[in-house]
Amino acid sequence: MAVWEPPNPGGEGGASPATAPARNVTAPGPAAVHLGPSFAAMSARRMLVFGGIALIAAGMLFGDIFAVFVLHQNGALTGQALLAATQAVAAQNATAVKDIFASIGGLLEDRGTKVDTHVHMTDAGYLALLLALLQPYVALPQERKKVLAKVFLVGGVLLPIGIFLIHYVGLAYSPFPVIGWASVLADTAGALLMFSLAGFGWGVWRHMRSRRVGAVEPELVNDRSWERQVLLVGGTVLVLLGFIHGAWYAERHLYQHEAQETTILRNMINTAAAKNTMVAAQAVADYGNLQAEKAVNIAAHSHFIEFGLLAILLSFVQPYVFLGGVWKRRWVKVLLAGGLILPLFVLLELKLGLVAGGIADVGGLVVIVALIGMLVGVLRYTGRLDGDTGEAS
Amino acid sequence: MSAARKILIFGGIALALVGMLYGLYYALFAEHQALDSMGGSLAKGFASAASDQLAEANAAIDDFGAAKYDYVRQVDVHSHWIGLAMLMIVLGVVFDSASLGERAGIAVALAFLLGSVVFPLGVILQTLRHGSIFASSLAISGSALVSLALAALALGFMRQHA
Repeated sequence: MAVWEPPNPGGEGGASPATAPARNVTAPGPAAVHLGPSFAAMSARRMLVFGGIALIAAGMLFGDIFAVFVLHQNGALTGQALLAATQAVAAQNATAVKDIFASIGGLLEDRGTKVDTHVHMTDAGYLALLLALLQPYVALPQERKKVLAKVFLVGGVLLPIGIFLIHYVGLAYSPFPVIGWASVLADTAGALLMFSLAGFGWGVWRHMRSRRVGAVEPELVNDRSWERQVLLVGGTVLVLLGFIHGAWYAERHLYQHEAQETTILRNMINTAAAKNTMVAAQAVADYGNLQAEKAVNIAAHSHFIEFGLLAILLSFVQPYVFLGGVWKRRWVKVLLAGGLILPLFVLLELKLGLVAGGIADVGGLVVIVALIGMLVGVLRYTGRLDGDTGEAS
Repeated sequence: MSAARKILIFGGIALALVGMLYGLYYALFAEHQALDSMGGSLAKGFASAASDQLAEANAAIDDFGAAKYDYVRQVDVHSHWIGLAMLMIVLGVVFDSASLGERAGIAVALAFLLGSVVFPLGVILQTLRHGSIFASSLAISGSALVSLALAALALGFMRQHA
């Protein structure tokens, strides 16, 4: 099996002896150039690695901007609207109630589509990195792989854009009763993603059926560098923490919160109908607190797992990060620290308030910075590789 | 490719496709209706209360609770199937970096696959019969299997590092 072992420019104890001689500032040198097709310019793998990291960074940046500028403001507006609805109930004004609920629906859609944009953009990035890893086992012609990679990235970009636009486009000019053009765009992009995934899956199936001994193109190097091992262990532990937290929440609080929600809502309407607006206002506050408690638990659960997955995926990219050993280790530590800080402080938001929320946002920013640092390292690697390839030819 | 890696990678791809197809079906045919039902019930509850029809108002809140119970689980099934599938594929690629024996490796991979199928399945079965103990047990068993498999893998990675 031809295994590409790109040089590790780290220099600080990490790479296997096989890669050690190549650890110098001129790497990747001629030894890597003839192995270049596995990371060649505009190859499926390179497109997926760059596209994946860019999608994840963009999705996280969008999430951070949303958390700072939209999330809390949206929650406050929803609370105010609910309070106005209880006052309308007390005034026995059913028309006002309906108008207020139309505005609440708009607020919830605004929030929901932005959360979905963030989630789908980062998840498409994870999938792109994942597909980059699978390329050695995809038994398809290079040109077809490139087409599938392009289709995937187009779908990965258009899906979150379509979701984001749902709130703003609505049902304008739509021939369908409940599906707008933005939803059509999002669903089409989803179909593109599935088409691409099915294509790569077919390639993997062909690889298995052909009973090949090795990979159809050079595999990513299975190095034992410090960076890779720490990202693997740290990532798996983060995922495990997310699972344990999710299981604990589902067992201890999920049903309790669901029951509380209807109880509070009943209390809200009954006290408002009895014109007891003080108690109704308290019920609105209780409802807001309950929603916040649910939201922080779900956000902590999903962010633990997503950052863990990101760390595991980035462990594969480390041999391509053309940075000094100190910087490579620094970005690994920063990424894992941010991956722990964000979900932990999201959980602490209920106890510490906006201070914890601010620290969580900084945690997210730290992850983005580490991600961009690694992306720069990969860009330096490919720049050097392409330069050497050009000189050799 | 080892048997454990095959289980994780092929199982993961199949599960991702199932999760995506389920998400597409749900988005096209059920999500908008579910959201309308939730929003409509809540608005009806408040409007009925404003018209002094408290029995109807409370019934509408119950309808809202039931619709939301289903909606949360339908979305959870979609996201957990795809999330677990991605995790399986990634761990399948990286599996050889864990210091596990062949039999232990296959056991871990099978536990992961079984847990990843059964856990969301248990969640979705809860929508057929609210509060079903069988469905909840299935979900808990699946989640426990995945957690144990992850813990074993984390130990495997640590041993490799040591």
